[in-house]
Amino acid sequence: MTFITANVLPAAPEIFVFSMACMILIVDLFLTEPRRVVSYLLTQLTLAGAAVLTVQGLAAPGYAFNGMFVADVLAGVLKLAIYLVTFFVFAYSRDYLRDRGMFRGEYFVLGLFGVVGMMAMVSASHFLTLYLGLELLSLSLYAMVAFQRDSDQATEAAMKYFVLGAIASGMLLYGMSMLYGVTRSLDIATVRQAVSALPPDHTLLVFGLVFVVVGIAFKLGAVPFHMWVPDVYHGAPTAVTLYLGTAPKLAAFALVMRLLIGGVEHLSASWQDMLVILAVLSMGIGNIVAIAQDNLKRMLAYSSISHTGFFLLGILSASPNGYSSALFYVLVYAVMSLGSFGMIVLLSRAGFEAERLADFKGLNQRSPWYAFLMMLLMFSMAGVPPTVGFYAKLLVIQSVVNAGLVWLAVAAVLLAVIGAYYYLRVVKLMYFDDAEDRSPIAARGDVKVLLGANALSLLVSMPWIGALIDLCRQAIQGIR
Amino acid sequence: MIPLSHYLILGAILFSIAVVGIFLNRKNLVILLMAIELMLLAVNLNFVAFSHYLGDISGQVFVFFILTVAAAESAIGLAILVAVFRNRRSINVEDLDTLKG
Repeated sequence: MTFITANVLPAAPEIFVFSMACMILIVDLFLTEPRRVVSYLLTQLTLAGAAVLTVQGLAAPGYAFNGMFVADVLAGVLKLAIYLVTFFVFAYSRDYLRDRGMFRGEYFVLGLFGVVGMMAMVSASHFLTLYLGLELLSLSLYAMVAFQRDSDQATEAAMKYFVLGAIASGMLLYGMSMLYGVTRSLDIATVRQAVSALPPDHTLLVFGLVFVVVGIAFKLGAVPFHMWVPDVYHGAPTAVTLYLGTAPKLAAFALVMRLLIGGVEHLSASWQDMLVILAVLSMGIGNIVAIAQDNLKRMLAYSSISHTGFFLLGILSASPNGYSSALFYVLVYAVMSLGSFGMIVLLSRAGFEAERLADFKGLNQRSPWYAFLMMLLMFSMAGVPPTVGFYAKLLVIQSVVNAGLVWLAVAAVLLAVIGAYYYLRVVKLMYFDDAEDRSPIAARGDVKVLLGANALSLLVSMPWIGALIDLCRQAIQGIR
Repeated sequence: MIPLSHYLILGAILFSIAVVGIFLNRKNLVILLMAIELMLLAVNLNFVAFSHYLGDISGQVFVFFILTVAAAESAIGLAILVAVFRNRRSINVEDLDTLKG
């Protein structure tokens, strides 16, 4: 076997981010406390550099490492989205971390290693790449959740996340071992060929598939495998919740695409039924239990469970249109979730977490601008028409109707209406209640601009929505 | 020669013991970590058995990676365990109940 440079070129962004993460780890050792900001700046620079490399790579899609790694349009789009979201996450968390004595290089380094893991998942064309990417991401996340190590809540959340994450990996691997036994290969394209030659009700194949779906459902946080989501979102420091609730969702989408669609699409009759159950339960339990929450982080965790249900609707319709609408949904969800958790981070200050619903009372009196941004985010999450969130929901529901599952579409709409209640409750608290706490909202200039751009993009991007959806279609076409 | 099915059944039994161990164990977090390791080892047994039976080496290569990742995973798990113990002087699973709702 010869080792030639052209062979690793498609993986240039991964190699770059990984080397930079290692470098920042060392540079950070030599920085004194007041100059810690250098690590932060280097991290943001790394993400920008990786974006440049990825855009360059888009022109020449290809395989690397003997077909274990693929750089296609889907990978390119998802990677760019991951860089952008992570860039915002780091910018938002800067002051939050500093106020709590957590402004350390490790946060950024672990974040970057997580990004490398996500990139590997997104570009995987082999079970091994997928597994290693997933583990790199998960291990970084476990450590990040436990980052505030003197906090009772954070360490408990980390322990729960660790145990359930490890079970999920175990299930996924067990399923993969069964698929390997039947198809004689770990390469996703070869698995696909082997599966298409076998009968779709091959016992061992379906047995393996069940474990794979359970593993994916654990990672996605779909009901009934969701018990870790609210605890982890609630217990982790908000800056970590911000990271955890945004970019990894994009990577989880890639996990579903590469495994279920790329690998075993011919078994769609089997996994469609499983996903229908997961989707209905996620939308139902997520939306209904969220109503009972008085902690905003917990409420958003249940909301993320219900959004998982909606995005599964696109996948389970088992058509290219469904997949692209799911991709669009996930991209929009990442932006909405980024803005909502970003708002919690922004309103928190030293010694105070703005994580209760009551902390948002009368926000309009304190700052009409932030109240407006939060209203936009909540409207978009609920799926109110002038926002992008509405189109995301519309597209997935349309794809379900096209797949002939009209009852499921009706159920989804009804559950979305139930969900609208708790999003609109936040708007009501901000506009019609009196503020309990009238302390001024202090934020850095760059965070103000970024958060404004983040929330407004849900409204302003409407004219380009067609182009975005076309891009999603194009990304999906490339994977088969 | 021992048939493939024997290995698969052993793997399935080990895997079930691990899952049952995780969900029934209400006492000690260390036992939880051991159950997780057992789960990954059951998977390894599956991979090696299939790899030998199919005459394809890639399954065994996968096992090396799983073993490495499992080592990293238990390192992080134990680190979190130490942090939990420092905060509440207990590694009892039932004590992990401050977050609920």
